[in-house]
Amino acid sequence: MSTLQIILVVIVAFIVGCSSVNDQIETYQPIVACSLIGLVTGHLELGVMLGGSLQLITMGWANVGAAMAPDAALAGVASAIILIEGNQGSQGIGPAIALAVPLAVAGLGLTMLVRTATVFIAHIMDSRAEEADMNGIQIWHFIGMALQGLRVAIPALLLMLIPVNVVRQGLEAMPEWLTAGMTIGGGMVVAVGYAMVINMMSSREVWPFFFLGFALAAIEQLTLISLGIIGVCLAVLFLALEGKGGNSNGSSTGGGGSDDPLGEILEEL
Amino acid sequence: MNNDKKISLSKADRFKMFMRSYFLLSSFNYERMQNGGVAYTLIPAIKKLYSKKEDRAAALKRHLEFFNTHPFMANPIFGVTMALEEERANSADVDDAAISGVKIGMMGPLAGAGDPLFWFTLRPILLSLGASLAVSGNILGPLLFFILWNIMAAAVKWYTQEFGYRAGVSITDDLSGGLLQKVTRGASMMGMFVIGALIQRWVSITFTPVVSQVKQQKGTYIEWDKLPEGAKGLKEAFSQYAAGRSIDATKVTTLQDNLNQLVPGLAALGLTFLCMYLLKKKVSPIIIILGIFVLAILFHVIGLL
Repeated sequence: MSTLQIILVVIVAFIVGCSSVNDQIETYQPIVACSLIGLVTGHLELGVMLGGSLQLITMGWANVGAAMAPDAALAGVASAIILIEGNQGSQGIGPAIALAVPLAVAGLGLTMLVRTATVFIAHIMDSRAEEADMNGIQIWHFIGMALQGLRVAIPALLLMLIPVNVVRQGLEAMPEWLTAGMTIGGGMVVAVGYAMVINMMSSREVWPFFFLGFALAAIEQLTLISLGIIGVCLAVLFLALEGKGGNSNGSSTGGGGSDDPLGEILEEL
Repeated sequence: MNNDKKISLSKADRFKMFMRSYFLLSSFNYERMQNGGVAYTLIPAIKKLYSKKEDRAAALKRHLEFFNTHPFMANPIFGVTMALEEERANSADVDDAAISGVKIGMMGPLAGAGDPLFWFTLRPILLSLGASLAVSGNILGPLLFFILWNIMAAAVKWYTQEFGYRAGVSITDDLSGGLLQKVTRGASMMGMFVIGALIQRWVSITFTPVVSQVKQQKGTYIEWDKLPEGAKGLKEAFSQYAAGRSIDATKVTTLQDNLNQLVPGLAALGLTFLCMYLLKKKVSPIIIILGIFVLAILFHVIGLL
């Protein structure tokens, strides 16, 4: 990579880090982050392909309340850098994804560190508030964000400082059974993200919807959009019809995990 | 306080705060979570509504309290808070506890609606849509996700904030009523449906062991040695294939073919339930992910996958 490309990658990594804490514009989702790294290094198509594959794994990862998901931001940026430096083309996607997982764990450690460090910022803000110093609060707020940007930008820079040959030789030294196994594993770990989401959402009344979706998706002619339309219609129909007819006792079944037969069975096992 | 003239927040002020709300989580910390972002977002209101230093300091302090909700659902709360601060600046009979109470009272239920709706339904759907295009290198994949998501996000954030501002405190009546609960439940149903579909589509496990090899009857497979030479032969082969003949004389059935005839995606479903069980037993997701990789490599080496 040229110096200009390294600078651009660091800038992208910084933006991705900031986006991952703000979690609204979603630049940090691997599908976007890997594509951006691909764009600035001149391997757009490869970046897009990696982003799509990695996205399938990280799709269910979400920060809910104080609970933290593995860090998709660092995983996306770092595995894109490894893929591009490795120079194996789309062959390298499987290993790059397998490497992304430990990177996501490392990233989680880093983001927890920053979120602890920002506790001090919160206290500085308190003292700024005493003085009615609004500018001070704004500056410290963005210092907090900059720390999150650096948490991705610095590892990205360090990774690019490793000589390309070392990265290449390391990747080429991987035997076929290992890379093939990693690719297979990549197809399976998607389940973990979905399991997290289901544990969060499941309740007695939503399980039929789950199995309907599972059964209908086996019909390959149905695109995701049409499946989405079916899902919306089923939910709307259910809510519209429930108050009517024989059992018109209104909506009393609450959401949440309290009333979850399958969950209870799993719990008891 | 200004008793004679009523100060109010203009649409431009509210838009400024809407833009600032994109940085709600910037200084997220484990002690009070999104508190810095709340103060940062509301600074234009505080500046405009209060002129005395001690009033400003008090307002900043009350918005540096603990706060945590879904980032989009913070906007209706900001809307209501703006309305309350406006009232307080004009008449002063709204006390601090009322403002804090409304914020804390709203953040829980709104997070409960926002998480399943945005994180577990809309985002996975749009991401899957983008990813299914992106895996083959199509740039439309990331673009489609990014554009659709942000149009949706901006619309939700702005209109719910305006709704909160207009409704003021009376929004809490709507919240405790059935509407929000209904939206949450509907989102969970829709979300579960989509997740069921995604497990079928994207969790891939293929068992490779061969269950049976059957020599097929003449006429059901393509007889390669009897095809004409060159392009003519290719054409003949393709038309025979399209007519339903198989490529090889022996029909190989793998374990996966058998499973697919039973229920497609059964192994994926089983794996998902296993993960749910392990997560409920408080096994770290990272351990599960690494375990799956190790098992996948192991099973590949012994020829199961």
